Amino acid sequence: MPWFEDIKIGTSSDLGSYTFTQEEIIAFGKKFDPQPFHVNPEAAADSHFGGIIASGWHTCSIWMKLMIASRVGDTVEEEPDEEGRTPPRGGPSPGVLDIRWKLPVRPGDTISYRTEVVEKIDLKSRPNLGIIRSLNTGTNQNGETVITFLGQGLIERKKPFNVAE
Amino acid sequence: MQAPTYFWEDINPGFEIETAHHKATTEEIIAFAQEFDPQPFHLDAEAAKDSLLGGLCASGWHICSLSMRLVYDALISKCAAQGSPGIEEVRWRKPLFVEDTVRVKVSVLEKRSSASKPGIGLIRWQWEMLNQKDETISLMTNWIMMSKRPQQTDLTSGENA
Repeated sequence: MPWFEDIKIGTSSDLGSYTFTQEEIIAFGKKFDPQPFHVNPEAAADSHFGGIIASGWHTCSIWMKLMIASRVGDTVEEEPDEEGRTPPRGGPSPGVLDIRWKLPVRPGDTISYRTEVVEKIDLKSRPNLGIIRSLNTGTNQNGETVITFLGQGLIERKKPFNVAE
Repeated sequence: MQAPTYFWEDINPGFEIETAHHKATTEEIIAFAQEFDPQPFHLDAEAAKDSLLGGLCASGWHICSLSMRLVYDALISKCAAQGSPGIEEVRWRKPLFVEDTVRVKVSVLEKRSSASKPGIGLIRWQWEMLNQKDETISLMTNWIMMSKRPQQTDLTSGENA
């Protein structure tokens, strides 16, 4: 991942895709979200979803998994700058905004995730960091959007933010 | 399945509840990170010391998922819950470090009927995860769909009963 200054709005990348199995959906549900429509096929069939669906948190967590995997092999990040500092490998997030679980994710669905930089925010309070906002989407094998949300990452800057500039 | 205790009509603005407490272990934090969020500050105590977060701590998605489980056990398991259309906002305010003991405070903010789904109402609430020092770990504002109480003909009242 590049420095904050080098990240351009509009840059997008495919994060790859993931096929959700019924076993994994139920395992996640049993651990974190044991509502009947996530863990019990019979009860799920009687629910308004008409069958087992993945917890929304599972759909989000798989986005994270693919996001991290997509950074592996990104050789650019190994290049140090003139001061010997290596560019950031991502950073912690202050939170996410507007998660929309638009359609259920069902066993056997293959979800393709994509991320696009939509906003860069300077921080007076933390001049060595900036916030990158990205629009993230997950699309199923039928081309239907199942999830969207705005992600945020705190990314290191090459030079501290100067309000006067 | 047990009949739900709470329908949409029963959960109103001002309703508050706190979940049980949960002590986060190194094993569960690392296990979640290995599967979903393998960054050094979620995986390795030594590497985490040098990170912005200052120590081994849970993935933000683990915080969300753990909040879900705590609120499920305390409340949603007793509700006629029908899933969620989404989350307005998640703020990860402080790291959830290993051995922290956390709980979630649920506060109902507002409610409305579903325009498109008969028999369903929506509830907007805030989930605040707090640690043992009463510091806010995360703040989440979200909507949940809930069934309305089934309409029953009351045979004991009315002049023609």
